[in-house]
Order: sequence, then structure tokens, then C-alpha cells
Amino acid sequence: MKTLVRDITPAIHFAKMQHTTHASAVAGNPIFRIIKYVLYDILQNRIVIGYTLFLLAVSMGLFALSDDPTKGLISLLNIVLIVAPLVSAIFATIHFYNASEFIELLAAQPIRRGVIVWSQFLGLVIALEIAVLAGIGIPVALYTPTATGLTLLLAAMGLTLVFVALALLASVVTRDKAKGIGVALLLWFYFALLYDALVLFILFTFADYPLEKATLVLAALNPIDLARVMVLLQMDISALMGYTGALFREWLGSSWGILTAVGILFLWAAVPMLLAVRVFRRKDL
Amino acid sequence: MLESIQLNKSFGKLKALDGLSVRMNAGQAISFIGPNGSGKTTFIKCLLGLVVPDSGDILLNGAHVLRGWDYRRHIGYMPQIGRYPDHMRVGQLFDMLKEIRRGTFQHLDDDLMRAFEIDKFAHKTMRTLSGGTRQKVSACLAFLFDPAVLILDEPTAGLDPLSSEILKEKVLAEKAKGKLILLTSHILSDLDELTTDVMYIMDGKMQFYEPIGRLKDQTGEDKLHRAIANLMKQHAAA
Repeated sequence: MKTLVRDITPAIHFAKMQHTTHASAVAGNPIFRIIKYVLYDILQNRIVIGYTLFLLAVSMGLFALSDDPTKGLISLLNIVLIVAPLVSAIFATIHFYNASEFIELLAAQPIRRGVIVWSQFLGLVIALEIAVLAGIGIPVALYTPTATGLTLLLAAMGLTLVFVALALLASVVTRDKAKGIGVALLLWFYFALLYDALVLFILFTFADYPLEKATLVLAALNPIDLARVMVLLQMDISALMGYTGALFREWLGSSWGILTAVGILFLWAAVPMLLAVRVFRRKDL
Repeated sequence: MLESIQLNKSFGKLKALDGLSVRMNAGQAISFIGPNGSGKTTFIKCLLGLVVPDSGDILLNGAHVLRGWDYRRHIGYMPQIGRYPDHMRVGQLFDMLKEIRRGTFQHLDDDLMRAFEIDKFAHKTMRTLSGGTRQKVSACLAFLFDPAVLILDEPTAGLDPLSSEILKEKVLAEKAKGKLILLTSHILSDLDELTTDVMYIMDGKMQFYEPIGRLKDQTGEDKLHRAIANLMKQHAAA
């Protein structure tokens, strides 16, 4: 009898504790409790500030040097399409590995694994998006506050989101830091450089066939291309892009088309991120 | 209270846990002993959910907790090597954990924080702390939320003799309150005073799990380290 009582006491204690959970669930999502510490950790690293200043200097420089803001915008587009994905991917990967202590500490606390990855993701996205908003948004607002300028800003922000998600997936899948950074770099290399070469190759090989629709699909399969097309179509130079350009125009010219393009870009962030959460749930720390 | 059933875990070819089944009850202080790489830390990490076992189950007060998360409110964990964000200040670290565990504990136990005078270096960043000071922080965090289960992985390693005594006193006090305490250490003389039971793990398998008194009777030794050495010899001979 005595042992029975001893066995039951902790269970009662346990049941009492379970009861208090409901009250605490209302007290706020744990992601918001953690995120400020994640942001603090990220901002201790001066790279985000350096990145902001770099974007600011490049944007200001390009606009100041070209007499026509549209020309400045095109030069800026080309740089942003390379730099924003690269910095987002590399910085997110390095940060995730450097935060391994932090992640381990959190994983031993009564919170879900998902909360840990999401708070890292949101922290990174908030920090990098602020950098983009300040570094590109301010010069664009000063020199060319047009729909095209706004589209460029949104494209840069979209790419940042996509590449942070891709980078987190890469870091969750690989255990080794060097390998993780390698995978993130490879993803960037593929989407920023290799993919276009492959598309050109396909277009030349099958030049005899009508490829307009295929080109549309090919563009949607690469977030960087998608962003580029979105911005270019806002400018009045799509006439130079031939029949394919006209088709793009027809697709993306309508508000419905823009919405789908944004939707696809969003999917490019959501799918890798959901995969990363799935993998992380089962990962050994 | 806490029970593992047929836990298996492999890292590649290495079998870290091989069908480990243990029942642990409140009021026990169990020492995990075994050679390096025998699976002690893997077992602890499985209990915490840091490592996901390939098969098997873990029960806390009869509830399945494998892949759960809320049950961790009942566990205080002091890792072998406490690794913390470099830039975080000691005070911030405590604030953060209090915030994360808000609503999941009934009262704060800051006995150790006072005994170790954590206030004095609350403004320092974790990076600048010495190994021993970091251990103190880890110990304080493990006890802070007054959990029903305490898991202490090499608690006294790196602590100076005085701090080590303070920590041992605290462990004894918590044991007396009827908590379940799990310990690993290679310093068997430290464990001698603290434990009620000894569990010997080798190659991921449990070799024996006995109350400390019976171990000493069996081997005719009155010191834990002699009794263990004696038993290890017997096992090696068998």
C-alpha cells in the first residue's frame, strides 16, 4: 500500500501540471518569446549591417552614375539578382551552424522542435529583409519611386525569403558545416548561373519547335529567373524580347499573372522550409 | 516514474543503444557508469528527446513521451559540456529560459544561483566565462525550474572543490524531496555519496542495475569505486 501511494503522488503532481498548460498556451506563441533572442544573436554579427551598407552604396552609386533612373534600375537588378540570393544563402547557413549551441539549449526545453526552426527562419528573414528594405528601398524611393522600382524591391525581398529557406534546408540535411555551406553555394550557383546556361542550351537544341510555353515553365522553375522576368516586364523593354516576351507580357501583364508569379515565388520559400521543419523534427542533436 | 523500453539507436554501423530497458522511480538517484562511448550520453539524450531512437519507447508517469515535447517541463538537464550562445549575457540567458518556460513551472528554485553568486557575473557574456563558471551556470539552469527529474551529465567535472560540494549538497537535498536523479560521472567517489542505485552500461547494453548497498555486499567492498572495479573484472573474466 505504501509503495502504491508513493507511485501515485508524482502522477497527481503531473496531472496538476498538465492542467496549467492550457493557460500557458494562451499566454503567447513560444516563437515570439524566442525570436527576440534569435534577432539579438544575429545582430551581434556585424555582417547584416555591412550588407545593408553595401546595398546602400551600390544602389546609390548606380543611380547617381546613370543619367536615366531606368538604366540605373537595370544595372541594380542585375546586381541584386546575384547578390541577394548569395548573401542570404551563405549568411543563413553560417548562422544556423553557429547557432547550434543555442538550438541544443532550446531543444532540451519544453518547446516543439518546429518552434526552434521557425524562430531561426523568422529571425534571419527579418534581419535580412530589413537590410534589403534599407539598402535598396531607400535609394529606389529617392530616385525612382515607380511601380518598376517597387517590383525590384519586392523581387529582392522575395529572393531573400526563398534563399534563406533553401539554406536552412541545406543546413538541416547536412551535419558538417563545410558541407552545408557547400550545398548552399551550389544551390546559388545552380540557380544564378548554371540554370540559364541549361535553358539556353535547351532553347538552341530545340530551336525548330515552338518553345514559348516551355520557356514560361522553365522560368517558373527558377526563382531568380522568375524575379528577373517580373521586374523586366514592368519596364517597357519586353518588346525586345520577341514572341516569348509577348507571351510573358500576356501572362505577367495581368494582375492575375503577377499574383501567380508571386505565388510561385512564395512556394519556392514554403516548400523548402516545410521540408526543413520535417527533417529537423527527426534530427539527432 | 521514468521508463525506457527496448531502446535501440545506431549511428551508422555503431550501435549506441542495444535494447535498453530500464525502470526509474522517484526518490532514486541512479548513477550511469560505463566506459567512454558506452552509450550513457546517448541514453540521456534519448530521454530528453535530443536524439531520436530507432525503436523502443519512453514513458514518463505512464505517458508515452517519445517525440513529445511538453514532458520536458518535468526535466532539468545539465549537459556534459554546457554550450551557450557566445554573445549572450549570463543574465539574459536566465531571462530567456524563464520566458520560454513561463507557465510550465510552479516555482523557481534559485538556491544554487545564490550559492554560486551568479549575480556577480550576470553582465558577462557566455564566451568570456571559464569552463568551471559555465558548469555553474548549467547547474543553476538544471535546478531552476524545480523539475521532478534531474539529469546531470558529469556534473562535477571542472568544478572547484567548494562548488562541487555545494552542488552535491543540492543534489542530496533534491533527492530527499523525492525527485528522480540521473547522474553520470567518471569520478566514482563523487557518486558514492549521492547515489542509491548503479547502472552499468557497456556497448549500449545494460550489464547490471543494482542498489548500491547490494553491490557493496556482493563484492564485499565498502567503496563504490572498488566494488565497480571488482565487478568489471568479474565481467571481463566471464
